[in-house]
Amino acid sequence: MAKSEEYADIPGTYLFDKRACAKGYHLNNFCMSLMKEANRKEFLGNEPAYLDKFKLTPEQRQAVLDRNWLKMIQEGGNIYYVSKLGATSGFSFEMMAASMAGTTRENYRNMMIGGGRSIEGNRSKAEQAAQKKGNA
Amino acid sequence: MAKIIAGVGCSHVPAIGAALDQGKTEDPYWKPVFDGFVRSREIMAQLKPDIVIEVYNDHGSAFSLQYIPTFCLGVAEEFQPADEGWGPRPVPVVKGDPDFAWHLVESLILNEFDMTIVNEMEVDHGLTVPLSLMFGQVKEWPCPVIPLPVNVVTYPPPSGKRCFALGRAIKKAVEEYPKDMRVVVFGTGGMSHQIHGERCGLINTKFDTAFLDGLTKDPQKLAQIEHKTYVTDGGAESIELVMWHIMRGALEDNAKEAYRFYHVPASNTAVGNIILTNPGVL
Repeated sequence: MAKSEEYADIPGTYLFDKRACAKGYHLNNFCMSLMKEANRKEFLGNEPAYLDKFKLTPEQRQAVLDRNWLKMIQEGGNIYYVSKLGATSGFSFEMMAASMAGTTRENYRNMMIGGGRSIEGNRSKAEQAAQKKGNA
Repeated sequence: MAKIIAGVGCSHVPAIGAALDQGKTEDPYWKPVFDGFVRSREIMAQLKPDIVIEVYNDHGSAFSLQYIPTFCLGVAEEFQPADEGWGPRPVPVVKGDPDFAWHLVESLILNEFDMTIVNEMEVDHGLTVPLSLMFGQVKEWPCPVIPLPVNVVTYPPPSGKRCFALGRAIKKAVEEYPKDMRVVVFGTGGMSHQIHGERCGLINTKFDTAFLDGLTKDPQKLAQIEHKTYVTDGGAESIELVMWHIMRGALEDNAKEAYRFYHVPASNTAVGNIILTNPGVL
């Protein structure tokens, strides 16, 4: 079975592994706290003050304030936890997904209705780079 | 004696639960999804299970990252639906069966599967959405449900092979239980989907079809698929499919396919449902 390092070639994918879990521990705990209505209210009432309660890195804190979903994932956020912040702040999953994929909500929705993102050309970063080189 | 009569593979997309709870089943987007489960419910009504063992994963609802148990078993009398950030789903409380659940725990641990015993736990969409799809919008679930959460969120989840073997051990444990009971095992999650990162929205129908076929063609071989294949070809979150091998391992080798439904998309996910029955059951 492959160790987590061996997944690095998969494009646009952030395995929630030993590194991500350690790096994102407090960020994910913050997200988990939003499962309580009282906490959601307190957070939305004064975001910086609420965030002070958690040991976030400056990058994580900024990503939360900016609702930068991709950045949160890159900083160790796990999508199941991060989506609780989405729900708390009125982002549908589709909006979050479109934002991570770098496209509009409409384009993303149409892609999904059309059968989703194809696996062809999306398996390997090395393959994508070779393809790009070939086209140039 | 208790016996396993059937297995159910079923996606547990949260948006399906939301659409159902908000009365959107007739919307053009959702109608094809819900239409596909009408036949599933008819078959469940015929099967009339006395108890369901439901394999699913918690999505950061009952378990935080503080403890990350690989295989758990819920032994409580009841399990409340979790508030996942938008209020709990308006579905019935899940009733357990402590006597049966403790029997499973004891048998499994003595047979080398070191389950984490859970006395108190809320259950999220991973457990409740398949119940809604297979039993409908009911006032009470028709039978007790034993929750069996598996870690598939933090890498590495258990291997498909290990999951299949756990299914085998569940089969043995059920057959040792002295009460006459018809047991159905659910394996939930999947099918192909990726819900994070720039590759969000990945769907692989070919991969899913081969997986559904493999459940009856050669289930032991299917259970050998490596994690990296799921993540690469089925999308990162399709790794949930390892949980279907627990369901499959709990059935007889020659279980038959009674029904299959597949639809793209529900939100970000390919929805799959399969009902497998043991010989002589239907």
